[in-house]
Amino acid sequence: MQEFSRLVPTTTQAAARAGAVPQASFIAGGTDLMQLWKNNVQAASLVVDLDRLDLRRISLDGPTLRIGALATMAEVAEHPDVKRRVPAASEALLAAASPQIRNMGTAGGNLLQRTRCGYFRDPGFACNKREPGSGCPAIAGENRELAILGGSGSCIATQPSDFPVPLVAADARVELHGADGQTRTVELEQLYRLPGDTPHIETVLRPGEVITAILVPDAPANRRATYVKVRDRQSYAYALASVAAGIELQGGVVRDVRLAAGGVGTRPWRLDASEATLRGQRLSPALIEQAAARATDGAQPHAKNAFKVTLLRNTVRRALQAVTA
Amino acid sequence: MYIGQGIVRQDGRLKVTGGARYAAEFDVPGCLHAVLVQSTIPAGAITGYDTAQAERMPGVVAIITHQNAGALNQHKAAQQTVTHPFLQDGRIVYNGQHVAVAVADTFERAEAAASAVRVRYAPSEAVTVMDESALSRAYKPKQFQNGEKSPDVSRGDEDAAFAGAPVRVEATYETPVEHHNPMEPHATIAMWRGDTVAVWTSTQGISGVQETLASAFGLPKESVTVVCPYVGGGFGCKGNTWPPATIAALAARHVGRPVKLVVTRPQMFTSNGYRPKTIQKIRLGAGRDGRLLSIRHDGFSQMSDPMLGEFSEPVGVVTQMAYSCRNVAVTHRVVPVNQGLPTYMRAPGESSGMFALESAMDEMAHALRMDPLAFRLANYAERDEQKDKPFASKGLRECYSRAADRFGWRQRNPTPGSMRDGRILVGWGMATSTYPTNRRPCHARIVVRSDGTVLVQSGVQDLGTGTYTIMAQCAADRLGVDIARVSAQLGDSRFPQGPVSGGSATAASVLPAIEAAADALLARLAALAALDPHFAQVPPADIRLDGFDLTAPGRRVPVLQVMARAGLHTVDAEGSSAPGDAYKAHSCHSFGAQFAEIRIDPDFGTIRVSRIVSCFEVGRLLNARTGRSQLLGGIVFGIGMALQEETLVDRATGRIVNSNIADYHVPVNADVPDIEVMTVDAPDLATGALGAKGAGELPMVGVAPAIANAVFHATGRRVRKLPIRVEDVLA
Ligand SMILES: Cc1cc2nc3c(=O)[nH]c(=O)nc-3n(C[C@H](O)[C@H](O)[C@H](O)COP(=O)(O)OP(=O)(O)OC[C@H]3O[C@@H](n4cnc5c(N)ncnc54)[C@H](O)[C@@H]3O)c2cc1C
Ligand code: SF4
Repeated sequence: MQEFSRLVPTTTQAAARAGAVPQASFIAGGTDLMQLWKNNVQAASLVVDLDRLDLRRISLDGPTLRIGALATMAEVAEHPDVKRRVPAASEALLAAASPQIRNMGTAGGNLLQRTRCGYFRDPGFACNKREPGSGCPAIAGENRELAILGGSGSCIATQPSDFPVPLVAADARVELHGADGQTRTVELEQLYRLPGDTPHIETVLRPGEVITAILVPDAPANRRATYVKVRDRQSYAYALASVAAGIELQGGVVRDVRLAAGGVGTRPWRLDASEATLRGQRLSPALIEQAAARATDGAQPHAKNAFKVTLLRNTVRRALQAVTA
Repeated sequence: MYIGQGIVRQDGRLKVTGGARYAAEFDVPGCLHAVLVQSTIPAGAITGYDTAQAERMPGVVAIITHQNAGALNQHKAAQQTVTHPFLQDGRIVYNGQHVAVAVADTFERAEAAASAVRVRYAPSEAVTVMDESALSRAYKPKQFQNGEKSPDVSRGDEDAAFAGAPVRVEATYETPVEHHNPMEPHATIAMWRGDTVAVWTSTQGISGVQETLASAFGLPKESVTVVCPYVGGGFGCKGNTWPPATIAALAARHVGRPVKLVVTRPQMFTSNGYRPKTIQKIRLGAGRDGRLLSIRHDGFSQMSDPMLGEFSEPVGVVTQMAYSCRNVAVTHRVVPVNQGLPTYMRAPGESSGMFALESAMDEMAHALRMDPLAFRLANYAERDEQKDKPFASKGLRECYSRAADRFGWRQRNPTPGSMRDGRILVGWGMATSTYPTNRRPCHARIVVRSDGTVLVQSGVQDLGTGTYTIMAQCAADRLGVDIARVSAQLGDSRFPQGPVSGGSATAASVLPAIEAAADALLARLAALAALDPHFAQVPPADIRLDGFDLTAPGRRVPVLQVMARAGLHTVDAEGSSAPGDAYKAHSCHSFGAQFAEIRIDPDFGTIRVSRIVSCFEVGRLLNARTGRSQLLGGIVFGIGMALQEETLVDRATGRIVNSNIADYHVPVNADVPDIEVMTVDAPDLATGALGAKGAGELPMVGVAPAIANAVFHATGRRVRKLPIRVEDVLA
């Protein structure tokens, strides 16, 4: 860990301006960042602490649920409006990490948690994401936890967070505040970039841009939704595969459906082909089976994670069964 | 009698209030911090270091490499299997080997400097993983079980018996590299005063640390003081004295100030051993009547470059005594690869070996269409057929029947996949466990002080198992005094010497020594009393301790009064003990029967342990509370071995990929089901007057095979490789 100085701005604008300095880094709960610093995966000379910013509220803005980026994972998970409007997001948070970490970790920080790829997290290894151009040893190595969807020849790391999976399914957007004082919103799915040949550039965030809030639209399929997570132990483990499923049925016909997967893609993975299979069709076990099969369209399994193909299909099927039961 | 009761831990309150001080927490004024630098290649030679940048960083006092460390003697203390202290030459034999140490005024600055040290290498070819193709490198271990046993053992003619057996089972089993990961990392504070050194270190053996440092620095033993009052978990990785302790002392000498070296969590994967990967080939022959005709068990165990020492996972040692069988052959081989030196990890050999043997027994029972428990009973060993000695005690039959009854084993439908709960597949499996009863020479002292308190001291360690408490229980019983007066002290090389805490031997070693010390103390008090006018004319042999009074017919004087009259503030006595003839004449083991129920979601492949029932025979249970907690903890450890623990090694570089405890899994509360433990309370008198056998390792031995056998029962799939994962059972 390198020496750094720390700044605790009280306005978002001051934070954004300070964060635009090269070698600056925002810190929210610090639960991911501290690990990366301690293991010399990442370094910062200026730490901009977001703690004092007024970005912790969770509120309803007409049809939009607004989750302040600094609300803790625990606060978001337990909030009644979150439970009503996007229950799958509450479930995903409660299935993430541990109570201690959820008390510290924030909504915004969780969206930007970095991959758990073991090669990335140890500077003793080569890794394109950490050191562009150094190579990707995971592709021929220990890739059991890594992605079958969205990878490239440069990187197959998964985005490991649970929370963004139901949010991507719910068509959530993030609100950003730039160093130039401008705000903009971006579709959450589009916040994440696919690795391509620049796996070190993970998001479309500009230097200094602060995530101020997550905006979730209201929809029947967001309210009738669930999150199913499969992991190696029954608590305190990242997803091997997870699925957020939301549905709106009318007389047995699928009016709207939202599906996204975690633990299998290089970003929270919207399952468009599965959704298209279901939309407008009469729901039946056979239809669910077809939709599940389409979840792995384009999948590229690797030596140690091929099981994720079956696992993802089964998880989609189970999530759909659960949400339509 | 305090022995046997569930006396509350003497150290419990201190631990939960933060009052117990662990090695890294001692406050040594002027202490500097050291952080290890480790290699990033698996094999080759160091051609140079760039330390200039690190040396210029704030607070940095020294960067020590093999070029300026100074020569040490080899690590060659008794029972030592770690022979290389590092920082002595430029040879690299594994990825993560210590190559330098940075010393600075704070931990963070030392860490920053350590990461700024650049090492230049000339890499060479490496073999980083033991797989079938690496087995051609295998050789016979030279120091099998510390040189006490032969790696190859046989009786009868296994080849012929197997060839002629009507029913045969032959399979290869694999267990992975596992790391102990105790909560407390290795930590040492070293402080020199002239030619003497004091170290506060986290160890399972203070005597070993003392001998190792004395040997490394060419000092008489008395010049090395080792203090370790608490150990935050060891599980075997603190049994040897590993290089970081030596390097801390070396660094302190180098900079002329006290130095603290705490191994970081990632470095815990490359600094203090691990359970080596094993490949085990087993074949069993049986008659249609269910009698075993032959057993063959060939074990291959991953090893480091022999320069670092030797350790071989003794997987086949249990195989020699587990069942009655005329024709048995067992071999052990080690396979050197570019990895660190492996070491003992909770039930080394027994847990990994029994996973293989008890899985094979299950396969054979299935092949014979016999109930797995009935098959084991049909081959019950009444004596140790390899050593040709009677067991000192063996309550296994009772363990089987009590655990089976409690579990409801009779209701088991033997057909795999037949026991369902809706979509969930249910599996029932069982296995035998056994562990040798180890006992080693030990010394103890008891001191009576003028304030009415009694101290019992021995240079043993408490790994969190309850040693403090049973020491006090034992002394109070033998002296016949109230336990409230008695407190135990341990973990200090200035106390009478005790053995390493390993092989579940501490209780069986230290309690007889305490009894001897108590007897000596009683004699001394009696002799003292005889000089007292109250006891004029009474021979010392007639004087007894009763409560805290010395008595003889018609006379009674408080101990403290006798001491005061003699002008003594303390009276003390020492005692010692060693394994006796009864121990040597018998085969001494503890035993258990373990039954597991698992539930598998076939869509996800997730395996959930829903019930474990175990019955153990551990001799006399010394403390109902701490003993039970050992048994439960061992079972949880076994669940981890069965389903979670695995160190992943990158084949290309030999570097460990999951060197942190977020990605290296052990069970969390949610993984731990209802666990029922029962004990057959049967004092084993061959192990000493109290008849205690070890309880720390036994309870994990049968867990992994019981779970693996349950997985087969649930799915019809035989998984011969640990840990059993989602992908192994996914439909
Ligand atoms: C053992 C363990 C197990 C875990 N298991 C899970 C799990 O199962 N599922 C799961 O989802 N997570 C899991 N986590 C991760 C945990 O949820 C994240 O560490 C946490 O959500 C990060 O939030 P934080 O506020 O602490 O982020 P920080 O560590 O403070 O920051 C993370 C990143 O986000 C940036 N950042 C933070 N806030 C903002 C903002 N408002 N604007 C712009 N940038 C910002 C920071 O600069 C940094 O790059 C686990 C963590 C651990 C240690
Ligand atoms: S998968 Fe990505 S993060 Fe992992 S080693 Fe390859 S480049 Fe690095």
